[in-house]
Amino acid sequence: MFEVIFLQFLNGLDKGAAYALIALGLTLVFGTLGVVNFAHGALFMLGAFCAVMFRQFLTLETVTIDPTQLSPWGAPLEIREPLVQAWFGDFGAILVNYSVPASILITIPIMLLIGIALERGIIKHFYKRPHAEQILVTFGLAIVAQEVIKSIFGPNPIPQPMPTDLRGAADIGAWLGMQANVITYPLWRMIYFLFSAVVIGGVFAFLQFTTFGMVVRAGMADRETVGLLGINIDRRFTIMFGLASVVAGMAGVMYTPLLPPNYHLGMDFLVLSFVVVVVGGMGSLPGAVAAGFLLGILQSFASMTQIKAFFPGIDQIIIYLVAVIILLVRPRGLLGRRGVMES
Amino acid sequence: MTLLKRGLSRRRVLQTGMAGIIGTGVAPMIFTKGAWAQEFCNNPTGDTVTIGLNLPLTGAYAEEGADELKAYELAIAHLNGEGDGGLMNVLTPSALTGNGILGKKVGYVSSDSQTKSDVARAGATRMIERDGAIMITGGSSSGEAVAVQSLCQEMGVIFMAGLTHSNDTTGKDKRRYGFRHFFNAYQSGTALGPVLSNAYGNDRRAYHLTADYTWGWTQEESIKNTTEALGWETVEAVRTPLGAGDFSQFLTPVLNSGADVLILNHYGNDMVNSLTQAVQFGMRDRQANGKDFQIVVPLFSELMAKGAGENIKGIYGTSNWHWNLQDAGSVAFTKSFGAAYGSPPSQAAHTCYVQTLLYADAVERAGTFYPPEVIKAMEGHEFDGMGNGRTLYRAEDHQCMKSVLVVQGNDAPTSEYDVLNVVQEVDRETVNYDPSIFGGELGPAEPVPVCA
Repeated sequence: MFEVIFLQFLNGLDKGAAYALIALGLTLVFGTLGVVNFAHGALFMLGAFCAVMFRQFLTLETVTIDPTQLSPWGAPLEIREPLVQAWFGDFGAILVNYSVPASILITIPIMLLIGIALERGIIKHFYKRPHAEQILVTFGLAIVAQEVIKSIFGPNPIPQPMPTDLRGAADIGAWLGMQANVITYPLWRMIYFLFSAVVIGGVFAFLQFTTFGMVVRAGMADRETVGLLGINIDRRFTIMFGLASVVAGMAGVMYTPLLPPNYHLGMDFLVLSFVVVVVGGMGSLPGAVAAGFLLGILQSFASMTQIKAFFPGIDQIIIYLVAVIILLVRPRGLLGRRGVMES
Repeated sequence: MTLLKRGLSRRRVLQTGMAGIIGTGVAPMIFTKGAWAQEFCNNPTGDTVTIGLNLPLTGAYAEEGADELKAYELAIAHLNGEGDGGLMNVLTPSALTGNGILGKKVGYVSSDSQTKSDVARAGATRMIERDGAIMITGGSSSGEAVAVQSLCQEMGVIFMAGLTHSNDTTGKDKRRYGFRHFFNAYQSGTALGPVLSNAYGNDRRAYHLTADYTWGWTQEESIKNTTEALGWETVEAVRTPLGAGDFSQFLTPVLNSGADVLILNHYGNDMVNSLTQAVQFGMRDRQANGKDFQIVVPLFSELMAKGAGENIKGIYGTSNWHWNLQDAGSVAFTKSFGAAYGSPPSQAAHTCYVQTLLYADAVERAGTFYPPEVIKAMEGHEFDGMGNGRTLYRAEDHQCMKSVLVVQGNDAPTSEYDVLNVVQEVDRETVNYDPSIFGGELGPAEPVPVCA
């Protein structure tokens, strides 16, 4: 039974890592700019498609049609030669193998640019507008983004293989001195958890230990006073929007081997990430992280057959059930602050 | 009696009645055989006839939907006398002329069902009421098929189901206006059982993950019946939501459940995701109960296999049809499709193409688009040349009875399409069953409802 519970806990951490990472960017934007960003899921999806684009670029091929030979289905035979391997040899093959983690290098500047352009071009005009209008405009942006991706990449999911060395499961039981093959868990899911921990830690450290972060935190507490001190807080907040976009994009990139991305990926996570933010407390970074892991772990345990035998279907509603209970007991969420989204 | 007392004889009443009938212009219709019957939904009056394609172009089964659309376009082109004629050249017997259907050029309208039953039903309604579709076809989910089939029965429009594998489609939810060429879960179980017994023995413990809708339920039931008859024990059967994406929370409990076989009653993207994630969990490298852990996917398709990549190597399943079969029909269709689109057709494409031709052939044989006559032409009709051997459109439940393929993921593919090997072609007699075992009523063909 210990093994079963331990595995479900691991699965909860893995799920929670994804929820926390998405919710972190969302609450970062809300905490700094006061904007309810329904396009955040779309940023996660755009990040995932950075990985898709990068791999498509790395796997470009020259296609030669040989009209003298026919394939078994009657089409002229296509002879394909991968370009990157032809140019770079073994290094090219390694690059293709590690295309998902390598694509983070291009995702960071792309998502930063997208985030800054979005904030400067559209979002900033809605700072002083009601939250309902912010939701409408950002939701509209999300739909535009997904339709653009659909028109370019089609409606079907595009599988992104993980590096061959990182496939399969790690024998955690053996690491802990237990019998082999008792507690095994997918290696990539553990990498995703570690990656999330590093990114979340990095964001907290950035806000806590840098001058830039200190100014942003001051701006979050009292924007007008910081502005009166002659600090261009708007520019910093724009950069924070870009940073939140980068976090969402990187989360999307690393998630692609677990779930082949399609245009709808962002919408699939949107509602869930909002529940996480609300449960954690609007605008609270530690709250979002705590709620992400809490809900991930609860969802995983609710999927156990022993639990479902008593509460059929509980795995499908547990997150929303817990959200209702928490909001009834603590209306501002787990770590919410007074005055946020309260008139 | 009162009329007679007032001086009106019976003859006078009859004369007056006949005069009235003739005067109102009804006489030509009641004296013309079948004339009333020609008043039916979307009776084509011009020189074209429109069929409605209800396709999952987005959602969990979108890959199949895209391939189905290609197949329909090809079938319509062939019916209109364009292209190489495809399976029209090998269908026997055939009344097809290559000049449309009953001389009318075939056109189509389409709707994206999004792999959702309610959207599929709304799309079919729109295509019947607004676009004048004479027949509705398509779909990649049994949920859609059951919903649309029921609608078509209500509206008096024939439904030629696309990919639907639930026993319910031609079982408890069968309808007089619905026809299925694709095989079903019961037949998958019958075909797969002996192969699983040979490969994995009779002492196994199976864990099912099942898509939570009509198809998943009936496939789980059929496969459980089969494996338990072999002597396998069912450890657990867990339902998963359609389009769940991340199946990790359902896969984690499998690891220490005591099962040594995982049976994935999933299809389309769900199957690609659950199988890929099961492999990531190390299930194919595992030992349980002193045996190699195995995964079985009872319903396979080439599109799924292609999506799952090398994860499907060695995995057993069943298929309705496969492009590398070597009979004249399969070769003709594969070449025709390949020449048009540059890739071999999937089983979804095949069944949709065949359904279109079978409908057209039935209309030609009936000599009318009047649905009850077309239904009569299809019920009990036996044909050959479509890639599945001699096939019977069984009158009792509108299920095509034909051979079923047991397939296995190819260990050494020569191309991205060479992903499945046909292990065994199980003949029609072996997968035959009593149509009454699943219950249901076809319902009446007449009176024909007249749509708006």
